[in-house]
Amino acid sequence: MSSLSYLVSRLLQIIPTFLLVMVVIFLLVRMLPGDPAIAMADAKATEAQLELIRQKLGLNEPLVMQFFYFVKNTLSGDMGTSILLKAPVLDVIIERIPVTAFLTLYAVCLSILIAGPLAFVAALNKNRGLDIAIRSGFQVGLSTPVFYIGLLLLTFLAASLRLFPVGGYGTTFLQHLHHLMLPALTVALYTSAIIMRNLRSAVIEVLDADYVQFARSKGLSRSVILGRHVLRNALISTVTLLGLSIGNLMSGTLVTETVFAVPGLGRLMLEAIFARDYPLIQGLTLTFAVMVSLVFLFTDMVQAWLDPRLRLS
Amino acid sequence: MTNQNESLLQVRDLTTTFHSKGRALRAVDGISFDVRAGEVLGLVGESGSGKSISLRSIIGLARDYGTVEGNVYWKGEDLLTRTDKQLQCVRGSQISMIFQEPMTSLNPLLTIGLQIEENLKAHTDLDRRARKARAIELLDTVGIPSASSRLKDFPHQFSGGMRQRVMIAIALASNPELLLADEPTTALDVTIQDQILQLLLSLAKNLNMAIVLVTHDLGVVAQTCDRVAVMYAGRLVETGSVRDVLKRPRHPYTLGLLKSVPENIPPRTPLYSVPGTPPALDALPKGCAFAPRCHKAEDVCLGSKPPLSVLGDGISSACHFTVDIREEVLA
Repeated sequence: MSSLSYLVSRLLQIIPTFLLVMVVIFLLVRMLPGDPAIAMADAKATEAQLELIRQKLGLNEPLVMQFFYFVKNTLSGDMGTSILLKAPVLDVIIERIPVTAFLTLYAVCLSILIAGPLAFVAALNKNRGLDIAIRSGFQVGLSTPVFYIGLLLLTFLAASLRLFPVGGYGTTFLQHLHHLMLPALTVALYTSAIIMRNLRSAVIEVLDADYVQFARSKGLSRSVILGRHVLRNALISTVTLLGLSIGNLMSGTLVTETVFAVPGLGRLMLEAIFARDYPLIQGLTLTFAVMVSLVFLFTDMVQAWLDPRLRLS
Repeated sequence: MTNQNESLLQVRDLTTTFHSKGRALRAVDGISFDVRAGEVLGLVGESGSGKSISLRSIIGLARDYGTVEGNVYWKGEDLLTRTDKQLQCVRGSQISMIFQEPMTSLNPLLTIGLQIEENLKAHTDLDRRARKARAIELLDTVGIPSASSRLKDFPHQFSGGMRQRVMIAIALASNPELLLADEPTTALDVTIQDQILQLLLSLAKNLNMAIVLVTHDLGVVAQTCDRVAVMYAGRLVETGSVRDVLKRPRHPYTLGLLKSVPENIPPRTPLYSVPGTPPALDALPKGCAFAPRCHKAEDVCLGSKPPLSVLGDGISSACHFTVDIREEVLA
């Protein structure tokens, strides 16, 4: 019962976040240099034609009124029409959300699969050869720019060896897995380096904890001690970090989706910025904000599930 | 006294060395003692004298951190030659251990029911239902009210004293013959301390379980133990029955400890304490480790370590001047 009230209170906290994000988006977009009317019209447009566009977009209204219409329309599901794609912003975004969500989730899973076991191996061999090798390997991954790793993977695995396609998304689930392997791996290499370092030191700390010594004195098997006592406790701090890195990872899709020609929100965002497509930029930023909030909410839920002190106090 | 048939546990020349920055630190230095079935042995000393490390060395918890040498015979078999996997069936089932800090020694993420039952699962054939019944019975035994409704509770929902009781319940789950208790009352309020000690004593008596009780408090030893072993800087300096040792300590360090227990003194009398501090492990003197703090020390003390020698009446002491000390106390 208390878990439920925790969920509700956590959900309510999203509302102010959401409003604040709306204010920031609205102001940011209006502070961008350049006139959207010029971007929309063709080069030969007269001043009268530009004025017409400005009126259509409500750009001549006072800022407060513009903001009021922005909030009102957004809440009723109308985020305007994309200048670039000449289609409702909401439709464009909804069409692309699955691609970016898939990519992000894929990258998270890969990060966990890479970082989890290696962190344990490194922690259990603390300061020995294997540990040092794993840490040095990840250090390289951490200090190399994401787009560079992406280009390397593209050159060798896609272009030369032809193991993976160089871009696109595919139509079936298996095709998605195949097409998104390289972009997901690119992001995952970076994220897993962060996760690995954190999880490794968490495991080392937990291994020395009194309750692990006590568990050992109870004559439990190694697998029970590691799985039940060490892993869960070490995960608590790592889950927070993972949530934060998913936020990072989403903004990282701007680069990866562009490098790998993935038709997702990140690439769309980049195109929208270049085209000064105000409605689309607003819609996308809001979408990213909501997605990140949901990820943080999910992270908190996992924390509460892991740690009864959060759930029951 | 050294009748081998009676001894449950025989520790011989137990030595634990930690390696830090290229230097070897000897935390436990060749200690030997016996524990007989059903008896309560007090292991006394100041912080850092190697008491806890000795306990952990016995059941193989110290060897991940350092080198453990010597022999620990449990029912005639040397535990130190066993692998971790081979030790699993002894730990928690024949020899259990409880720790000093009840606040940190229970896993905060697991219900106490699970933490009791996982011991039973590892060492008994009981099924789910029987394990649950046994867990309730154990909580009842250690004096936790409405035990059956508390199995689903987490450690943070218990007070320090209650957590120590839970830890004892876990340790007792598979009816061990020996309980290693590492300062089980140090972190508790004085009133709770007494309750826990009484609980341990009555359990030891009812279950015919031997206890090695590590403490720095001679008062606790006097109340609870049959025999006592005094430890200083990793070595045993005096062993014997509690009555003899406390009445007539043969070692100046034991004498000092005894004098620091405030008893029958008028108010506002300054409390006695042994002058100086114990030596650091990386700066142990060549001779007797206690010599720099000892009022009886002479040249011989600085030159050679006195061995633990039997003085009769089941008392052993490691001092070059045991005879004089005895006269001094008697005088």
